Amino acid sequence: MSLLGYVFMQRALIAGALIGATAGAIGVYVVLRGFSFIGAGIAHAAFGGVAIALLLGIDPLWGALAFPLVVAWGIAYTSRRAAIKEEVAVGILFAASMALGIFLLSFIPGYRADLFGYLFGNILAVSSRDLFTSFVLAGLVFTAMTVLYKEFLFVTFDPGMAEVSGLPVGVLQGVLLSLVALTVVLSLRVVGAVLVAALLVIPAATAYQVVRNFHHLLLFSALIGVAEVVGGLIISFYLDTPSGPTIVLLSASLFGLVMILRKRSA
Amino acid sequence: MRPVVELEDVWVELGGHTVLEAITMRVGEGEFVSVVGPNGAGKTTLLKVILGLVVPQRGEVRVFGRPPRDLGRDRARIGYVPQVEEVDLRFPLRVFDVVLMGRYGTLGLGRRPRGEDRRAALEALELVGIRDLAGKLIGELSGGQRQRAFVARALAAKPKLLLLDEPTTGVDPAASESFYELLRKIQETGVTVLMVTHDVGVVSRYVDKVACINRRLVVHGRPEEVVTSEALAEMYGCAALFFHHGRIPHMVVRPHADFRKEGT
Repeated sequence: MSLLGYVFMQRALIAGALIGATAGAIGVYVVLRGFSFIGAGIAHAAFGGVAIALLLGIDPLWGALAFPLVVAWGIAYTSRRAAIKEEVAVGILFAASMALGIFLLSFIPGYRADLFGYLFGNILAVSSRDLFTSFVLAGLVFTAMTVLYKEFLFVTFDPGMAEVSGLPVGVLQGVLLSLVALTVVLSLRVVGAVLVAALLVIPAATAYQVVRNFHHLLLFSALIGVAEVVGGLIISFYLDTPSGPTIVLLSASLFGLVMILRKRSA
Repeated sequence: MRPVVELEDVWVELGGHTVLEAITMRVGEGEFVSVVGPNGAGKTTLLKVILGLVVPQRGEVRVFGRPPRDLGRDRARIGYVPQVEEVDLRFPLRVFDVVLMGRYGTLGLGRRPRGEDRRAALEALELVGIRDLAGKLIGELSGGQRQRAFVARALAAKPKLLLLDEPTTGVDPAASESFYELLRKIQETGVTVLMVTHDVGVVSRYVDKVACINRRLVVHGRPEEVVTSEALAEMYGCAALFFHHGRIPHMVVRPHADFRKEGT
């Protein structure tokens, strides 16, 4: 049977395309702002949130949604107050929420299967309800990115001047990080908490090498993201490997290839 | 002359240190004023006070006759050129896109730039003399060209007051001089120009007034009064050596100890 004959695979591929496009596009801001580490921090926070939700017996989605949002605004707030360095705050949150997640999950009987899925992605886990949620989250992220296009650009390029121009810089940075958090939640099922950050960084970093223009960068990064997630899913289907690592390895290889080709041509 | 900027007994404290102390000064409409002083003298803070980004503990600030925080839409009448280092130059943005950002503050949340905004951006590029570089990436420009691009961004919103923070840092002397010429040209279009700099000497030939700041306002007056006064020596806390070169004396500033050792 071909891979499209499986309903779970159809769902995974649609979800994968949505994830690739969303993470690719929002990842441009993550990369340009030097937020790569923050992306990883938010992803691990999502894992902690999932564990809390599972333990409380509520839908893991709510935990995965609420926890990273709190963390995102926490980061935005901390970085503006600068009481401690941003990466120190993220470094602590990163490890603590990961530890919390695994600590809490160990109280749930038979947690190991779930654990592996949430950490490394499980294409079998994409339900039709997950697919619906994916559409809603991706729609939200893209709507915000379209409406606030010029604000996000300004705040990312030159926050100091954006503030002088009267833009609410703190709020916009918080919203941007929230969109990163939503993207992480969206990607959690397919890629897993450990590797989500790679999706935020690699497509944008790959596109950055070949594109000279900001909105082309957004477009290319989204397209590369789609190609990598869908391609990775197909490979993982045939090789029977976990989807997350397969996608990330494919992405990293493409990044390396582009880098080598670009060095050659230069 | 109507005052554009008025400071009255302004005191600013940041992190437990007094940064500005009892500053009282006025900048009249259409004037070109340079603010000079040593590192850490509070020059940048002074600009931030005028922009409303720093609120003084004591004293009154008025820009266009109103407190800077109450300017609302008139905030766009202040153009600001910050120190360049704050921007990531690897950002994939064309010079034109950067200049267009100068219009963002006047556009309102969620609004896209329109034809008139693009025209204003091109006019600003024309005025600073780098219209031909509009399609280059911001990171591809030389220091002097980039500085002009940031001035164009500030001018794109058609401000009546232009504030510049150390605009000639890392720019070679010849390029600095032509940059000051540009500021004169901008001044002639009716814009009030206030520039923070550590370049005490050369700039005196271009400006109407010099304000020396070292936490306090040491002196504020016409360049020839200021440069020849004892104030500079006091301000830098070191020996100031003047040599005459044209109409305005130039100055060489050296640490006191070195000055003694060399016996000049």
